[in-house]
Amino acid sequence: MKNMISMATDRTFAQFLKQCSMPNDGTLLPEAMDYLQALHDRGSAQLHEQSFPTTRDEEWRFTDLKPLQDTTFAPSAKLKLSAAEIRALMLPETHESFMVFVNGQLDCAEISNPPAGLLLSNLGLTFVSGMLLNAPELPIHNYLAKQLGADERFTALNTAGFKDVAIVWVGENTIVDMPIHLLFVAIPGQTPTWSQPRCLIVAEAGSQLTVIEDYITVGDGVHFTNAVTEIWMAENAEVNHTRVQQESQMAFHIGKTAVSQARNSRYTCNTVSTGAKLSRHNLEIHQAEEQTETTLNGLTLIGDEQLADTHSTIAFTKAHGSSRQLHKCIVDDRARAVFNGKVLVPKAAQLTDAGQLSRTLLLSSKARVDTKPQLEIVADNVKCSHGATVSQLDAEEVFYLQSRGLDQTTAQKLLTYAFAAEVINQIPVVSLRDRLAQQVRMQTQD
Amino acid sequence: MINATGEVVLLVQNLTAEVDGTPILKGLNLEVKAGEIHAIMGPNGSGKSTFSKVLAGHPDYTITGGAVIFQGQNLLEMEPQERARSGIFLAFQYPLEIPGVSNIDFLRVAYNSKRKHAGLEELDAFDFDDLVRQKLDVVKMNPDFLSRGVNEGFSGGEKKRNEILQMALLEPKLAILDETDSGLDIDALKIVSGGVNQLATAKNATILITHYQRLLDYIEPDFVHVMEGGRIITTGPKELALELESRGYLWVREEEEERVKVQG
Repeated sequence: MKNMISMATDRTFAQFLKQCSMPNDGTLLPEAMDYLQALHDRGSAQLHEQSFPTTRDEEWRFTDLKPLQDTTFAPSAKLKLSAAEIRALMLPETHESFMVFVNGQLDCAEISNPPAGLLLSNLGLTFVSGMLLNAPELPIHNYLAKQLGADERFTALNTAGFKDVAIVWVGENTIVDMPIHLLFVAIPGQTPTWSQPRCLIVAEAGSQLTVIEDYITVGDGVHFTNAVTEIWMAENAEVNHTRVQQESQMAFHIGKTAVSQARNSRYTCNTVSTGAKLSRHNLEIHQAEEQTETTLNGLTLIGDEQLADTHSTIAFTKAHGSSRQLHKCIVDDRARAVFNGKVLVPKAAQLTDAGQLSRTLLLSSKARVDTKPQLEIVADNVKCSHGATVSQLDAEEVFYLQSRGLDQTTAQKLLTYAFAAEVINQIPVVSLRDRLAQQVRMQTQD
Repeated sequence: MINATGEVVLLVQNLTAEVDGTPILKGLNLEVKAGEIHAIMGPNGSGKSTFSKVLAGHPDYTITGGAVIFQGQNLLEMEPQERARSGIFLAFQYPLEIPGVSNIDFLRVAYNSKRKHAGLEELDAFDFDDLVRQKLDVVKMNPDFLSRGVNEGFSGGEKKRNEILQMALLEPKLAILDETDSGLDIDALKIVSGGVNQLATAKNATILITHYQRLLDYIEPDFVHVMEGGRIITTGPKELALELESRGYLWVREEEEERVKVQG
């Protein structure tokens, strides 16, 4: 008897896949269309026979996607912001080095006097010039959707249907002085909509880049953002990456940051998540070669009924790698934070130096955090540490400030801000740092 | 300076207090006038630190009886911040570290909360910067400490100097120094006590809580009180401290017991 068991693609994924379509702005060359079609097909195939995550999946134990599953989404429209709206969202440091994507598709971009070797582009512009497809020195095929973990369900869904790609390409030994701001704006519709921003950053050997990846919502309405960012770092490259997620409280946000680091490269990621009703950030670092450095600073600041989940993985593979990770959560009201920090140190990764610290401040008796270090260490000559603290505001610290004349509320706000500041102060772009500091002060004010 | 006819800054009458149901202060009496420096000494567990925290309004302590009048006001009815704004300053035995808040921002917020209370205009960052730089000299503090997190990574001596710097800015009516001398080497002790001496005037008052007579070589008290079992059991001139140093506390307790017996 023939084995007739064949699982169909999960119903929810099938719904999403049905809505995936090729970009059709008419700017793409035929060979580009072929290439993209093949990518979309691959993403789609990876979802075949996959089930939709439930809390029975270890990776999704604390984050129930049922509300996402129970919502019917339609594709978001291709929309544009007004010049005034864009001006209001820009940072002084990046007003001449930004790209704005609305619902996953390019709205506008500005780049003044870029250093030779910097390419700031999107799919259309790239393929129109044919550069990335044809020039042998810019082989986009080797990078897009090629990171380890590309078959993870939501990453595959993005690959199956992204409409555009933000591309930041930094050539060999190119030092980019100005920070690059990639702003991903969601504009929801009358009924729930979804979009799939995609971002590719390639830092070639010896290059240096500071980049801000920024997610916000303009307008009201339920929406779902399924974002994927791939970062490739060649030998001795340095990338300072700040990822800010401040979507509206009606948003579902699932984001992936996949980073591959070659020898002697240095990657820093500062993440700040304050938005979305339900958010998940998968941060995956693959240290592919020797002596790579990874620094991860994370801040989650949530209240009301929000849920924010961060799952990070640092995979060491070779000797002399190091990592420093600090993840902080401030949880108020009935909100819930999740942190899972995986560190993989296989036999070949001798002399690894990995440190992880998770600290949570619970501001209400109903607030909750599930925090879990997950160290899998096989190598025997390594230094790996981890720690987790969960606390409320320290009554002694509040009293200390009161004894200097601050009233109780001011003291509590100041201490909450101070807790967040340790992460915010790491952000290298001053105006963004100030803006976030201001927002933290506002958010902790009630 | 002993100031027999001076203004009474603090009047404590038969004060009793407990923590978690355990009585710590058991009928404490003290009168402090403007211009005076009082030292309170006593063995561990006698209630010295509790007394200082009760005066500052620490929430862990419950007042079970007695009265504390500060400049004519009922101190016990005031919130800790109201006490601070009205002129009470407690230099902590263990100043807390607050990473993420710069020392100068902290000092400015504290200073301005007091100015606001006094109906004065708040100082902006520039004017405050000028002011704080003048005050740094009181405790010979390096200006670099202003931009660091509050007490973050400060040594024990640096933390205590930072307390005195706060005191210099807030100009309290009544300064209570809770074991400010403990853990200090001789150089730090000289700097800290030099700061306290500079700040002591005929208009304010100081209570020094200490274990060691050593501090009193540098800050000369007008009165030395000995605390034992949650009360002040004896009071004397500064020479009493020297006697305590050489003879210990036991004889004071015995004399007190003797006195109680005679009275009884």
